[in-house]
Amino acid sequence: MNIGFFIDALITVVGVTTPILLAATGELVVEKSGVLNLGIEGMMLIGAVTGFAVTLNYGPDLGDMAPWFGGLAAAIAGAASSMLFAVLVLTLGSNQVATGLALAIFGIGLSSLIGAGYVGMIVPSFDSVFPDSLAGDPLWRVVFGYSPLVYFALLMVFAVGWFLNRTRAGLILRAVGENDLSAHSIGYPVIAIRYAAIAFGGALAGIGGAYFSMVITPMWAEQMTAGRGWIALALVVFSGWRAGRLLAGAYFFGVLMTLELYAKASGFSFLPSQFWAAMPYIAAVVALAVISAREVAGSEAPACLGRPFLPNA
Amino acid sequence: MSMITRRNLMKTAAAGLTLPALARSGFAAEPLKVGFVYLGAIGDYGWTWSHEQGRKALAEALKGQVVTDYVENVKEDASAIPVMKDLAQQGHKLIFTTSYGYMDQTIEAAKQFPDVKWEHCTGYKHADNVGTYNSRFYQGRAVIGTIAGMMSKTGTIGFLGSFKIPEVVMGVNAFTLAAQAVNPKITTKLVMIDTWFDPAKEAAAAETLANLGCDVIAQHVDSPATLQVCEKRKIYGFGYGADMSRFAPHAHLTASLDLWGPYYIERAKAMLDGSWKSDDIWWGMKEGLLGMAPYNKAVPDNVRAAADKIIADTKAGTYEVFTGPISDQTGKERVAKGQRMEDKDLLVMDWYVKGVQS
Repeated sequence: MNIGFFIDALITVVGVTTPILLAATGELVVEKSGVLNLGIEGMMLIGAVTGFAVTLNYGPDLGDMAPWFGGLAAAIAGAASSMLFAVLVLTLGSNQVATGLALAIFGIGLSSLIGAGYVGMIVPSFDSVFPDSLAGDPLWRVVFGYSPLVYFALLMVFAVGWFLNRTRAGLILRAVGENDLSAHSIGYPVIAIRYAAIAFGGALAGIGGAYFSMVITPMWAEQMTAGRGWIALALVVFSGWRAGRLLAGAYFFGVLMTLELYAKASGFSFLPSQFWAAMPYIAAVVALAVISAREVAGSEAPACLGRPFLPNA
Repeated sequence: MSMITRRNLMKTAAAGLTLPALARSGFAAEPLKVGFVYLGAIGDYGWTWSHEQGRKALAEALKGQVVTDYVENVKEDASAIPVMKDLAQQGHKLIFTTSYGYMDQTIEAAKQFPDVKWEHCTGYKHADNVGTYNSRFYQGRAVIGTIAGMMSKTGTIGFLGSFKIPEVVMGVNAFTLAAQAVNPKITTKLVMIDTWFDPAKEAAAAETLANLGCDVIAQHVDSPATLQVCEKRKIYGFGYGADMSRFAPHAHLTASLDLWGPYYIERAKAMLDGSWKSDDIWWGMKEGLLGMAPYNKAVPDNVRAAADKIIADTKAGTYEVFTGPISDQTGKERVAKGQRMEDKDLLVMDWYVKGVQS
């Protein structure tokens, strides 16, 4: 087992983790503002199909820049689909859990409909942002050889963490999530802030979805996110709504999922394979149980999570 | 003058004779409705896509006599039963359920609709109105195993499987046995990902196999993700169920093709002439249910010749990959030298041959 082995394994882990990290980071902001958006899976798929379609259709015109436009389109599509959820939940006051689930199902269906004509096609993936000498180097590719979306994801986690904890705007967002009525009394536009947060969450979920259709496997296949949106949701809770822990948790999940594959491929079949597949979910449940015990951490969830904001009620 | 002249009589008779013809077109036979229950999306370019090609072939060949319909993305759990019942209630008289995991649901639905004929793909439970049909996929595995054995430089080949069911196990074993026949030191690294379709997980599993030294990878999952990884890593792979070379022009050496059309046409014809009965069909290359895609230009002539020979001998019945001596992973001999494994043993195969690292 030489260094090359570990580098290859790490690269696989990063590939598995990044889409979940993107979606979870977006959802972190949404939940910090007090809204529970369960529709991540749907938004990811809409982002995936849109990113793919735009890259494919504008590929000949834009050449190398096509994937970047695709990524941008995926973000916009994800944000747009989350706006549907936002209107229902914020302006019309509908139940967040039910509406979120509906968005997930809607997204799965809509993406399949849009994508029906794109099956069997391939798109070129992103060009690396680093020069080939670094990106292709056997040793340094572990740092420089990734798709731009990987660096974007890492950047976003740090940016969101910094935003939430060190800026005034982030403080206001957290206030809206902790006590919306007080924030409203002080004069902050609670609904507008939540709209912005939901849009941001949708955009990142869209980019997370685009990672599937444009980086891991540059093609479109129905439901290709295969449940990663739900893992992202569990991850936000697992992380205790903290960006730093989100990053660690995401990579923990990624390592577990990759470990499963390595264990199987190397012949460590002392555990049934289905157990390995269930590991990330089991870990999430264990973490949730620990976090939920009030003595351990108190409830770290934003106090208004999932509750509609009805100032005149 | 009387109206009953010979001319008038002839005209009336001629008019009278046309009436039955007009009546027959008015009471034309209702076309036979044939339904299909699909596991995945018709656009998966793999398993379901092949069934869909078969359905289209049927609809084309028996146009006017047969009307077909399908339902996609039907999960392999209890939710499949309402889908099947719905098809039956809509008047479909012949229904094909195209995945192993629909076995119990098909039997259940068949009990409630005894006048509907059901055909379950790759299963083993029967009833008066439920038949099964299967393809000898392992014959295709023998061909690609031969190619893999000859083209692997590391001596390690990979197999990305889905579930540990006999169909998949047969595939792994046939792949390995055929490779070992050309290179006795071949080992197969096996990863089962417990799903038929998850492109990202398939890609990660393929990368893992490549990281662990495999330079040829076969798959029993429904998306071309594995081939895309093979293309990126500059190793070789094979398409499954359909020609997937568009996804990996350099890596895709060949593919096993599921050709369901002829079977569906034959069964629909059996329905139309009333000769359908519950059967347990297991066809292969000889009957035209399985084919191979064109070879990649990277496949050298001697490898092509070896693969072609396997195909020809399989069709002739002189080659059977499950011919002894075959030992399992513990070393115990399961099949004696020269003996061919029987169908009934193949259909419940749950052990891997020596050389498979699972």
